[in-house]
Amino acid sequence: MAQITLVEAINLALAREMERDPGVVVLGQDVGVDGGVFRATLGLIGRFGPERVIDTPLAEALIAGMTIGMAVEGLKPVAEIQFSGFAYTVIDQIINHAGRMRHRTRGRLTCPMVLRTPCGAGIHAPEHHSESPEAMFAHIPGIRVIYPSSPRRAYGLLLAAIRDPDPVVFLEPTRLYRLFKEEVVDNGEALALDACFTLREGSDITLVTWGPMVPETLAAADELAEQGVSAEVVDVATLKPLDMETILASVARTGRCVVITEAARTCSYASEIAANLAGEGLLTLLAPVQRVTGYDVVVPFARLEHQYIPGKARIVTAAKKALAFS
Amino acid sequence: MAVVAKFEIHYTQFLDPHGKAVAPLPAFARNAQILAGLYRWMVLMRTYDAKAIALQRTGQIGTFSSLLGKEAVDAGIGSAMAQDDVLLMTYRENGVQLMRGVTMKELFLYWGGDERGNDFSEAAGDFPICITIAAHATHAVGVACAMKLRRERRVAVCALGDGATSKGDFYEAINAAGVWKLPLVFVVTNNHWAISVPREKQSAAQTLAQKAIAAGFEGLQVDGNDVIAVRHAMEQALAKARSGGGPTLIEAVTYRLADHTTADDATRYRSPDVVAEAWKHEPILRLRAYLMACGEWDKAQEDALLKECNEQVQAAAQAYLDTPPPTAEQMFDHLYATLPAALQKQRAAALGDE
Repeated sequence: MAQITLVEAINLALAREMERDPGVVVLGQDVGVDGGVFRATLGLIGRFGPERVIDTPLAEALIAGMTIGMAVEGLKPVAEIQFSGFAYTVIDQIINHAGRMRHRTRGRLTCPMVLRTPCGAGIHAPEHHSESPEAMFAHIPGIRVIYPSSPRRAYGLLLAAIRDPDPVVFLEPTRLYRLFKEEVVDNGEALALDACFTLREGSDITLVTWGPMVPETLAAADELAEQGVSAEVVDVATLKPLDMETILASVARTGRCVVITEAARTCSYASEIAANLAGEGLLTLLAPVQRVTGYDVVVPFARLEHQYIPGKARIVTAAKKALAFS
Repeated sequence: MAVVAKFEIHYTQFLDPHGKAVAPLPAFARNAQILAGLYRWMVLMRTYDAKAIALQRTGQIGTFSSLLGKEAVDAGIGSAMAQDDVLLMTYRENGVQLMRGVTMKELFLYWGGDERGNDFSEAAGDFPICITIAAHATHAVGVACAMKLRRERRVAVCALGDGATSKGDFYEAINAAGVWKLPLVFVVTNNHWAISVPREKQSAAQTLAQKAIAAGFEGLQVDGNDVIAVRHAMEQALAKARSGGGPTLIEAVTYRLADHTTADDATRYRSPDVVAEAWKHEPILRLRAYLMACGEWDKAQEDALLKECNEQVQAAAQAYLDTPPPTAEQMFDHLYATLPAALQKQRAAALGDE
């Protein structure tokens, strides 16, 4: 069995699905000959040819728009937006067209597309390369938003995203691309697109997170365990539609919750989850829900990014605060 | 110093504003039946347009954007396209839509604020009206890519206005269409106005057609008030696209005789004298004059046609007015292939079940 990285798992899923379904095409900047700037599409052009692995002109709105056109016309396009900061340009196409094509035509036309983009800080990248736009995408009706955090989940969720009949924004945590390897069986099995993953069971507190913050959160759970605290870790890899039931059920058992994201705090997805906990789980809570987030500042340049990204210490501190409340 | 590139933009007109042929007519236009057929469509479009404005003025549909003055553009596009081609259009191409089989009832539903108007019974592969300017030019690239990938002989036709050619989406789309030599025809209706901003303030380019040159393919200009010129250019561009010759940009020069929409008052920014002058060039007048001069049309036929068009439009308006209003669950229907569990509670709340 192969031990592979997250970015290799993305590549594996793309190849698998292109092999299975001749309608799947990959497009974006440098995805062909170069194999993508992160090598997520490495080797695909050799296997599937330049008609199905398309190097586009340098034009993000075009990439998003033509992906919609291809999807409506019956293909299964998987587009790559090279860096997260360049994905803001495509939000217009996702809000105004992808997310409402099925709805505004009463199901006459559909938009089965995937828009992949690397996200998050922590790799010493230039400006505009370290964004966390998940809440912006999750605000858009009619789409799905996925943010995996391990090779296995990336593989299974990307397969599911490509096969899904609706538009999917698939966010990929750049600092996890090559952080660790995991065994991935290339069996073509997709994962469910509407269920949280409980990565670690615990009884004292629930730590809820997704994407690039998952390893830090698991590390925080380890540290808490050393201090005698049993922390449950829930990975909300399928951000939209949100599987709130799993989170509510966990909090019903633990009574305490910390929600962790590296995105800026105000209107973050952590806020949405906290609001849902207040609305639907208040009587099970033994302490106020804590949010551990990025600050409400611009993502700093590389030298300060590790002071921006909430690390293990901030998660542990927040958990202790929740645990101390009575 | 060497000249490394130069270009020409050709302008085509067959009928002058008086309905006089100023150039040898293309083959289809030597068939009086075909021209009379185009004339009938153009009159139907204008009758529909007048009814839509009347429905808006009486509060029976919402804001409507009139196609008054561009009937020849729409008839030229609509008559040249094959049914399995794909039309991607703005809110001012209702005439083309009618020719492709979209019903007036569907159009009234759309303008009446009902998504069911976008569920076309015919032309079911055509895109819905694109309100966000020029976004559909990028969709057209994707559609044409899919057609090319599958080795089909179909073509994507993208209709835009003059203002749209100022947008990044437009430039990104024509650029890609040129690179990939796509089966794609861009038709830019230059009606001289993007709401209140005149053509000369949109671009310093002498023509909008020449923007295609920068993208590496043919751009041409036609008299957009001359249906023969529009159809001829469309036929040539479609044939070229089908045979692998790549995209074409047709700039159809016409004039917006109406306000931008029923919510607009064009007297705020343009002189009635200019509009009165533009009326002398309008498309229906010249085709009728030509057909009458050829002995192919007379007053009795005209009266019968107007009656027929009025009846058709009235019946469609009535069918629209008789359609039961949408119900709240339709907000949730078709949002996803299967409504996610997270939304089922909201749907129940909207229906008052919670």
